[in-house]
Amino acid sequence: MLKHPFTQLILIQIREFYREPAVLFWSFLFPVLMAWGLGIAFNKKPEVTKTIAIVLSEKEPVADFEKYISKTDFEKIPDSTNNTYYYSVSYGNENMGVTHFRLKPVSWQQAELMVKRGNASMIITTNNNKIEYNFDKYSSDGQLEYLQLSSLFDGENQSAQQSEIKPMAEKGTRYIDFLIPGLIAMNVMMSTMWGISYTLIEARTKKLLRRMVATPMKRWEYILSHIVARVVLCFVEAAIIFLFAYYYFDITITGSIIAFVALFISGILAFSGLSVLIASRTSKTQVGNGLINLVVMPMMMLSGIYFSYHNFPDIVVPYIQALPLTMLADGVKAVFNESAGFMQVWKYILILNSFGLITFITGLKFYKWY
Amino acid sequence: MENPILDVKNIYKNFKEVKAVDGVSFFVNRGEFIALLGPNGAGKTTTVEMIEGIQKPNQGTISIMGMNWDNHENKLHRLISLSLQETRFIDKLRVWETVQLFASFYGLSRDRVDEVIGIVALTEKRKSFVQNLSGGQRQKLALAIALLNNAPLLLLDEPTTGLDPTARREIWNILMNLKKNNNTSLILTTHYMEEAEYLCDRIIIMDKGKILAQGTLEELLSASNSKEIIEFSTNDIISEELFCVDDVYKLIRDENSNSRKLIVRSIVDQLPVFLQKVKDNGINLSRLECRKLTLDDLFISMTGKHLGD
Repeated sequence: MLKHPFTQLILIQIREFYREPAVLFWSFLFPVLMAWGLGIAFNKKPEVTKTIAIVLSEKEPVADFEKYISKTDFEKIPDSTNNTYYYSVSYGNENMGVTHFRLKPVSWQQAELMVKRGNASMIITTNNNKIEYNFDKYSSDGQLEYLQLSSLFDGENQSAQQSEIKPMAEKGTRYIDFLIPGLIAMNVMMSTMWGISYTLIEARTKKLLRRMVATPMKRWEYILSHIVARVVLCFVEAAIIFLFAYYYFDITITGSIIAFVALFISGILAFSGLSVLIASRTSKTQVGNGLINLVVMPMMMLSGIYFSYHNFPDIVVPYIQALPLTMLADGVKAVFNESAGFMQVWKYILILNSFGLITFITGLKFYKWY
Repeated sequence: MENPILDVKNIYKNFKEVKAVDGVSFFVNRGEFIALLGPNGAGKTTTVEMIEGIQKPNQGTISIMGMNWDNHENKLHRLISLSLQETRFIDKLRVWETVQLFASFYGLSRDRVDEVIGIVALTEKRKSFVQNLSGGQRQKLALAIALLNNAPLLLLDEPTTGLDPTARREIWNILMNLKKNNNTSLILTTHYMEEAEYLCDRIIIMDKGKILAQGTLEELLSASNSKEIIEFSTNDIISEELFCVDDVYKLIRDENSNSRKLIVRSIVDQLPVFLQKVKDNGINLSRLECRKLTLDDLFISMTGKHLGD
């Protein structure tokens, strides 16, 4: 069994993989770090602090500003770093999350600089006993700050009696629930595209391919060995991300595990086909780099891994949904969060496999063996 | 007479406008070692790659034990073995793993893997990663893989280029042992004259895609009427016609070393004439050497180039 050329071809890839510490980092540790970082950044933030620039006209004593915020429970806090001070006001409660505002009196130039540098998204000025809110009308942060601050300054109660806020912490509705299945799908794409395309192109560049095809090695075994090795490695990678997410963020697969496995393998096959096609002609690793990035980058951005693709204009959504990564990510999300079974994702499985088969056959047809 | 193991008839190969191989014919008998000698760009590698089935000739036929690449590809892969001019094996594989991979393609056992590693004297390095091998050791690894399947026809493309003299000598010894013990035919491309002289039964000199001469070393050297060399250097500016008045002389100027070679039929006859001219024209010689013609001289007289150029 071990002496069989197919086994040997698979073995060399797995050996090459685990003997490269950098590859181990990027394949195993990096996705986990990314899941952790993003999970922390978007999940565990019940309290946020925001800075607002305050610019007062010269006529007005700075202390007069306090009358505008008299209806809030403000605190004047000295900023020891540069001998200034700011007013601290808070909005919200435990159930809805708390936002701490730091209202910082500065000059107009400093205020502009703060906005340009992204340290603040609003400047408050006063004019004829009126408060003016200056913010970019396209900034949702600015809009939210306006609503929060104006209600604070006007002394409006947060209507605890009339409405009630119920925190949503159901599994499947958190950002991390959205993120992890997407990361697993993206990892399939990255691992397969780089792992297969790059190895194939490199073998051609190094003339190793030329040397191998001068033996009785079967060409289909050579290509297939890359795909089988990738299935093995992708499972290990996904298992590591999943186990981390399971223990750290309490993520589970609510749907059918068999459907997940079928979908996962279909994803690997789809990207394997694409990898073979990309690697079919070029003998320069630099060109390969460019081609892989050309395919991978748009899907990373568009396929709804970090944020929903429904943020894009409606007209492009069907095209985004037709991308292999979108299909894989949507399918995996459905199995993870929506208790989907085989019946709900069979279309994705069918399309991904067909896509893989077509690109694979096309790639082989044009494959440059020498 | 026994049929040749390889019969190359009038092959041509063009790459766009460049005629890489321009009507080459030769044969190789069983057990015979042949050197394809020529400078870079002579067409040696293209010729060898056509024999290996890596490239297809535009014209002409290549018959290997009566078979050809169009009809007998699978069989020929087992009958031919080779090392390419430049193959970089996988850095993170060990020597024995690399050989075992290739052994698996031929269905060979672990014993054979260890055996060829022994033949090329890499046993001590069998567990080393390819990335830690020296240039000579890498060539030995390529050679071990080429020897794996005991192919009757072995093609080695510049197996010693870039190696130091010790490493080169080691490769030569492996090949000489192969010659003694085996019934293998070898085609070796090289631009080292001494390699061709030492290892090979016959030498084929190529330049610009054509064969300029072929035969045993003795045949090649005796084919030329002029057999001896008067080689001299001078810092004086001399007229080259001075030494070319008599048609027995052929004067070759070596651009690199400022030395000049006169190819003569007989040193005994021509040396006095030469010295008389030196004396009459008041030329100061910084060096004077009389010797037999070598393959190198012959090559330069045919192509006007050194082999390494």
